[in-house]
Amino acid sequence: MSAPTLPLDSAVIATQDHSGFAVVFEDVWLAFEENEVLRGVSFRLPLGETKALFGVAGAGKSTILKLVLGLLKPDAGRITVLGAGVAEMREQDLFALRGKIGMVFQESALFDSLTVRENVAFRLMEEHGIYSEDIDRRVREALSFVELEHTVDMLPSELSGGMRRRVAIARAIITQPELLLYDSPTGGLDPVTSNTIVELIVKQRDVYKTSSLLVSHRLQDAFTMATHEFDRQSSQLRALPRGQYCNVPMSFLVLRDGKVIFDGDIHELAQTKDDYIREYIS
Amino acid sequence: MELISPTELAKQKVQAVQDYTLLAIRSIGNIFRKPLYLADMLQQADLIGVGSLPIVVLIGFFTGAVLAVQTANTLQRFGSITLIGQLVSLSMVRELGPVLTGILVAGRNASGMASELGSMIVTEQIDAMRALGTDPMKKLVTPRVTATVFMLFFLTIISDFVGLAGGLMVAKLLLNLDARQYWSNAWQSLVFEDVFMGLVKPVLFGFIISTVGCFYGMTARGGTQGVGRATTQAVVTASVLIIVTNFFVTQFLMNVLSYK
Ligand SMILES: Nc1ncnc2c1ncn2[C@@H]1O[C@H](COP(=O)(O)OP(=O)(O)OP(=O)(O)O)[C@@H](O)[C@H]1O
Ligand SMILES: [Mg+2]
Repeated sequence: MSAPTLPLDSAVIATQDHSGFAVVFEDVWLAFEENEVLRGVSFRLPLGETKALFGVAGAGKSTILKLVLGLLKPDAGRITVLGAGVAEMREQDLFALRGKIGMVFQESALFDSLTVRENVAFRLMEEHGIYSEDIDRRVREALSFVELEHTVDMLPSELSGGMRRRVAIARAIITQPELLLYDSPTGGLDPVTSNTIVELIVKQRDVYKTSSLLVSHRLQDAFTMATHEFDRQSSQLRALPRGQYCNVPMSFLVLRDGKVIFDGDIHELAQTKDDYIREYIS
Repeated sequence: MELISPTELAKQKVQAVQDYTLLAIRSIGNIFRKPLYLADMLQQADLIGVGSLPIVVLIGFFTGAVLAVQTANTLQRFGSITLIGQLVSLSMVRELGPVLTGILVAGRNASGMASELGSMIVTEQIDAMRALGTDPMKKLVTPRVTATVFMLFFLTIISDFVGLAGGLMVAKLLLNLDARQYWSNAWQSLVFEDVFMGLVKPVLFGFIISTVGCFYGMTARGGTQGVGRATTQAVVTASVLIIVTNFFVTQFLMNVLSYK
């Protein structure tokens, strides 16, 4: 593994003000033994924005989300999340920060020996210790948000893959975290279910103004998010006219060979000259 | 299988010992740090204590019985069969009670812990727990360690008692000795040092069983096969450590307590 050298202007970047950003990556490197997964990744996620991460399988998308949570440590580079430098923090100090972040794992990662109710309530139970009526109300609320109220007493093994994904979303959003990380929330789901999930994500973005990173395999979903907003009156998505796309807090990031090859909004994505990206989005 | 150079292997072993030590220290340190997971501790105590009770009773009883049968023969030759209570009680309290119960609980619970935590590792549930802001060391490891230490202590006491009862049964039914004499002989021969040694051991063994089980679980890699491997290794390591530690603790305590 070659030890990457920091760019000359790293000192300048380091002193920059990160207020106004939920996540900042500065020249992040990470290798699993011989396999260099990230080779100098830099990007910023402004507060309130949703950024969709693209890249082929194995590009390092899930790895980026785990770095944000401090579940993995980078070999080099700085990562600032909600104002804290997670790369330098000790595991014990990270737990408080993680409490402000919600994560939906690619494989859902529900606790398989706990019921859906206990899974969704996990965070609140950790905070309050006992299962109160208030917690029960919030669990039902979160589950109705993903339309799974009837599953409260089931075990994860009794649910379908798509249902598990939605329970994982309910578990992540129940405390209304400041930052949400979705790892392929619509991967391998039917169009109806994935539309429901897209709607949920847009609702989080537009109603609660939550910042989020979204790993996606379906470009279509991200386009829908970038061209629609959540209408509170009808509680549905509403298509925006072309001219208003720039008002949507949504951006795109494409990873290739461990580097960011594109980072910008939907207009820039549509106009890009890069052949690889053109092929990717066509 | 990949070939690893001896230095690399040695490095890995040193690293593993270091990681294990860290886990062991933190499992204790967490007792004094909030939050304390009482409900999880009780659940584990139930699983370990109540779950192991029938088999501990069974094994303790027959061990005491076979001790009586074996020693009766020798004692009779020297004409001191009345000492049988003493022999059974000393062997049970000082050695067989703690060691057998420890090995038994290692087989049942070190494997259980390794496979449970290992499965949680390979299915990303541990990562999910960390992501939800909960320390798996506090929530999963510390309750298992405290519950095992606590329960093994009491299981050993129970094992000692039923072992004595097993010896009594043999003494009364097979050797036609006086039950009262057996009991008083068994009781009076026990001094503070014996009981102390017999009660220090389960505390140590409980700590070994639970930390080894949790360590192999938390470091499991490589899918279901890795979990299987972790489970086997946990039982083997815990059992070997119990036997080896037992020797040194016995030696040490005998010196410290200045046995005659
Ligand atoms: N724990 C690990 N140990 C070793 N290698 C790993 C580990 N986690 C990920 N990798 C490697 O890192 C690379 C990136 O993995 P990652 O899971 O981030 O991909 P991804 O972009 O999320 O892919 P997908 O779209 O399939 O989910 C892969 O080549 C993978 O082999
Ligand atoms: Mg992934």
